[in-house]
Amino acid sequence: MQVYRWTLTMALSIVHRATGIALYAGTLLLAWWLIAAASGPAAYAHVQAFTGSIIGRLIVFGYTWALMHHMLSGIRHFVWDLGYGFKANEREALTWGAAIGGIVLTVLIWIIAYAIGGGR
Amino acid sequence: MSTADSPKRSMRTPLGRVRNLGAAHSGTSDFWRQRLTAVAMTLLMIPVLVIIMMTLGRNQAGAKQILGSLPIAVIMMLFIVASAWHMKIGMQVVIEDYVHNEKLKLTAIMLNNFFSIAVALASIYAILQLSSGV
Repeated sequence: MQVYRWTLTMALSIVHRATGIALYAGTLLLAWWLIAAASGPAAYAHVQAFTGSIIGRLIVFGYTWALMHHMLSGIRHFVWDLGYGFKANEREALTWGAAIGGIVLTVLIWIIAYAIGGGR
Repeated sequence: MSTADSPKRSMRTPLGRVRNLGAAHSGTSDFWRQRLTAVAMTLLMIPVLVIIMMTLGRNQAGAKQILGSLPIAVIMMLFIVASAWHMKIGMQVVIEDYVHNEKLKLTAIMLNNFFSIAVALASIYAILQLSSGV
């Protein structure tokens, strides 16, 4: 691997896989939340205690970023599947767009979440 | 048929050419389903984010009321089915790329199927229970 000069598209390809694997494990959190909501107030309070803690918030924040990044990076792959965006400048623009867009969307979602009272 | 696939140039066996399923033995069905579920989740992303945000700051009774309504339950179940299917295919690709021991690979693929189906069924069961008013 050392013979390759690392490019942004190569790095983002790995990040796409890594975020996919993280989201795979993260579905346990989604399932836990839904099962707790169906189980009753005590179980739901446990989930809220976890997602309200510092660690919980960091994990959910990471999960949000992984989801947004994977989605935008996936749209980029979809554009390539359709046969567009293969010129060097288009390739770079799509990749930067996914990388920056993922961070922007994550921050935006959390600002909205806090604004409507999720921070309590 | 491309020139690369012509009988003279192709490295594929005559049977392989007839079946047209390639090295994965299942053709392009997983490739297609991965894209299908990706598009479905992208379309569902905004509704799902809105639903999750609606439950923020509410207790279990409030969350149950939101998640138990019919359109929201359907959106959540569609998202869960698409997610489970998509992640099952994605993880299988990762396993096939990195696990070269045949027995270990098949075991990992089995566990991947079990996990994906279990997560999907547990989530869907929870949503149905929230909807039934039990």
